[in-house]
Amino acid sequence: MTSPEIIETIIARYQGDETRLMDILIDLQDELGHLSSETVVQIAAALKIPQVNVEQTVSFYHFFAREPRGVYTVYLNNSVVAYFRGAAEVAAAFEEAAQCRFGEVSADGVVGLFQTACIGMSDQEPSALINGHVFPRLTPQRARELVEGMRAGWTILELKGTGFGDGNNAHPLVRALVRNHIRVPGLTVFGEYHPGEAIAKVTQMSSGEVIATIKAASVRGRGGAGFPTGMKWEFARRATGEMKYIFCNADEGEPGTFKDRVILTERPQMVFEGMVIAAYAVGARQGILYVRNEYRYLHDYLESVLEDMRRRNLLGASIGGVPGFHFDVSIQFGAGAYVCGEESALIESAEGKRGEPRDRPPFPVEKGYLQQPTVVNNVETLCSVVQVMLKGTDWYNRMGTEQSKGTKVLSISGDCDRPGIYEVEWGFSVRDMLAMAGARDVQAVQVGGPSGACIAPGEFDRVLAYEDLATGGSLIIIGRHRDLLRDVVLNFTRFFREESCGACVPCRALTGMAQRILERIIDGKGRAEDVEHLKSWLGIMRYNRCGLGQTALHPITSTIKNFPHLYEERLDQSDPRFAPTFDLAAALEDYAAATGAGTE
Amino acid sequence: MSAGTPTGKKIVATTSLAGCFGCHMSFLDIDERLLDLIELVEFNKSPLDDIKTFTKDCDIGLIEGGCCNDENVHVLMEFRRRCKTLVALGECAIMGGLPAMRNTISLQECLDEAYRLGPTVADSNPGRIIPCDPDIPRILNRVYPCHEVVQIDYFLPGCPPNADLIWDALTSLLAGKELALEYRTFKYD
Amino acid sequence: MAFVRFMLDGQEYLAEEGAQLVAAAKDCGVYIPTLCNYPGVRPKGACRICTVLVNGIPHTACTTKVVEDMSVVTSTPELEAFRKSIVEILFAEGNHLCPICERSGNCELQALAYRYRMTVPQFPYLFPKRDVEAWHPKLIKDHNRCILCKRCIRGIFNEEGQAIFAFGKRGDRLIINIDPETSKDISDELAQQAMDICPVGAILRKGKGFDVPIGRRTYDQQPIGSEVAP
Repeated sequence: MTSPEIIETIIARYQGDETRLMDILIDLQDELGHLSSETVVQIAAALKIPQVNVEQTVSFYHFFAREPRGVYTVYLNNSVVAYFRGAAEVAAAFEEAAQCRFGEVSADGVVGLFQTACIGMSDQEPSALINGHVFPRLTPQRARELVEGMRAGWTILELKGTGFGDGNNAHPLVRALVRNHIRVPGLTVFGEYHPGEAIAKVTQMSSGEVIATIKAASVRGRGGAGFPTGMKWEFARRATGEMKYIFCNADEGEPGTFKDRVILTERPQMVFEGMVIAAYAVGARQGILYVRNEYRYLHDYLESVLEDMRRRNLLGASIGGVPGFHFDVSIQFGAGAYVCGEESALIESAEGKRGEPRDRPPFPVEKGYLQQPTVVNNVETLCSVVQVMLKGTDWYNRMGTEQSKGTKVLSISGDCDRPGIYEVEWGFSVRDMLAMAGARDVQAVQVGGPSGACIAPGEFDRVLAYEDLATGGSLIIIGRHRDLLRDVVLNFTRFFREESCGACVPCRALTGMAQRILERIIDGKGRAEDVEHLKSWLGIMRYNRCGLGQTALHPITSTIKNFPHLYEERLDQSDPRFAPTFDLAAALEDYAAATGAGTE
Repeated sequence: MSAGTPTGKKIVATTSLAGCFGCHMSFLDIDERLLDLIELVEFNKSPLDDIKTFTKDCDIGLIEGGCCNDENVHVLMEFRRRCKTLVALGECAIMGGLPAMRNTISLQECLDEAYRLGPTVADSNPGRIIPCDPDIPRILNRVYPCHEVVQIDYFLPGCPPNADLIWDALTSLLAGKELALEYRTFKYD
Repeated sequence: MAFVRFMLDGQEYLAEEGAQLVAAAKDCGVYIPTLCNYPGVRPKGACRICTVLVNGIPHTACTTKVVEDMSVVTSTPELEAFRKSIVEILFAEGNHLCPICERSGNCELQALAYRYRMTVPQFPYLFPKRDVEAWHPKLIKDHNRCILCKRCIRGIFNEEGQAIFAFGKRGDRLIINIDPETSKDISDELAQQAMDICPVGAILRKGKGFDVPIGRRTYDQQPIGSEVAP
């Protein structure tokens, strides 16, 4: 088929519906390798929408390629933990073997090397995505072998070899090298579970009783913000709309977080069952699981799980034999944008647009997907819901603290012996977590990812709970030997700069400006007033529209607060009348290069 | 640092770096108030009195223009050393101004256009030579606003700053008062 | 038409229920500075400069509707400092050369900077490398000056109602693109509207500019907002 025919076929697959633009682009890129300007024009013509609107979506997402990115496209993770584990050496090996730099495609067009933000494999770094498949635990030697294999034209399966991971990672529809690393299975997500039991029980209740149960159990959102789930459902149930939607947010993009990946691998039925319960409570007919593109290797498997649930009448028409209870779930993949983890950005993305958070009010529960009432719940929240309905509120409330009931699945990574998944009751102290994970000589712990807080040993007795250290579930352990500012804070700050949608002025501009000033401080050319500026910028950032913008300077401000000496000891103490950042010799280098003049 | 004269007059120095002398012209636009001014101040290094080098430390230095070459940098640093208070006068001093239009173009490209490839080059520069001589200043990679090189105490915007703004600011500074920035005279063009 | 009672800076007022807070405040003689807001165009709290406290919580006034018993504080030292910061950030983020800009004197960004007496931004100048697009027969898009407020995106459509402008990319690479197809046959009037809707000089009509002399331009004599409150 020629490109225009392929475009036509794929657009027909989605009935020419512009709100399915993400699916159209993902499928087209699979077919064509990249989305050229010509393709953009053709898509616009076929959908009868302006080409700038197609361009707007295409150019927003990191994984949409405008130019060919190689027969084999390597996306090497550039997260903090990846570097802890040797990503720099692996990158060098890739460059040497492929004979091209990151950001380029090898001259023969075979290998494309690109960087990407955390791909949810922090417990098995350094890792890369190659043509959408995960290659974890890389070494320089492995990188060279992989490039050799690419040059020899191996299939992805041949490149993978046979060392598939544990559990469903080895499932015939997954066959991933990924490992689960479930170090401590808890009672909720990884507790005893038989698919369908909760649906059978729930469908005997009224929707009001279901919501009352969730409220009584004090289930709170596990994405980090901790909004009461029952209340969210109640709002959506009361809202009026032709259709209501249940979204499961599986776009975990917070560096250091990987729990949703493991839950989707081992407990997908539970997640979908939670969506069914939410649908029953709210009166929704359609569900969408929004999954980050990095987890696309789970696509076939997740579809098979859905199909199986349909066969067992746990999805589809008259679920559980309840006349009129129709609900089904489809899967929507993202294309590389951290901000889409914000619920309104996620909805925009699912509508085929750039993932720009919406102004609120109206909240998604009133006007969400396609302007209809929409519940967006985290993967783990939906699992909690299932167990609460099965085992009761008393059972659930016996676990946790006063304001944080139940368990929390933690993604632990960084400088420790046992990185992986720990499902523990809320109220666990950081110190105990560190002991469990086998961490020694700890300088700092990043709680809740870059948008959370970087805490010092003096605070390790604090506990994980909404009333103390609220967290979406990631703990990155930073050893004594790390350069906290250069290895961690700068990386996180770059991450936010890269991932800002750009709509709000402070977030768009200050992320980059803060990076500049941080680099200046790291280089020993910062001044005390630079630190004061950075601190005061937090007050500007708090007026951004979404959580990303509001927290984007947290890596800097929380380390200024908790590790002030790391800044102070690097500050320039020279004559304050002269700017330490101005370097005459450096400023003369271009002229010297053009004329042969000196720079002294 | 000693400054001031035996008669109590404050000492003022002025310079134009990468500027067009428009700010100095606007300064002269205070017209007959110049007579009042010379009752209040004595000028040291300045094109207004043609004193080429500092002969004493000064109270106020007025800087027109940003830094586009190494000579600008040396003059600015000298001003910083010799003046208690430095005032960036006009858009070029504050943000690079028109010369900073080249900040988004590489220096090589600028030099090529000016000396090698531009449409007027053939007649004036048959050898296609990019000037380079110990006697001429070396060009910086970009134009730097003054405060990126030295600490600047006050900024008076405008292209050029309104004469009344300069007068008000100067008299306030001399009297040790906060600068009043009146809307009518506060402009960027 | 239902009217509701609400508090504005400690005084009680009546406003039409659901009215945009910026417009309602204007009717009450209270000026809330705006930049991405444009009358008749769907608001999108992009610039954040109109942030006010609604019942103590920060909200952009352009996207907030007036409801019964709402209590609004439009000005605190912190909010004023924030607004000045927004202006300064925008000046440092782009390449804003007022002396050579066709929009100087009629520019809302510049006018706000005058209002807040910005002498120099407290933020580092980025001097970003940006293009001037002049391929369009009627329009010039100077990305150096664009503050990405989306007013053109939200307010300018061709005769078929199709968008002409849209965002491209994200973060600090964000850009506003012109659609070559949908903008192909725009009238002079629409081109003028596009130029007028831009708060700065980022969208220009070819052959237009500098048509009002210095001294007689919109913000030469009176600060922006002084038609609402002195």
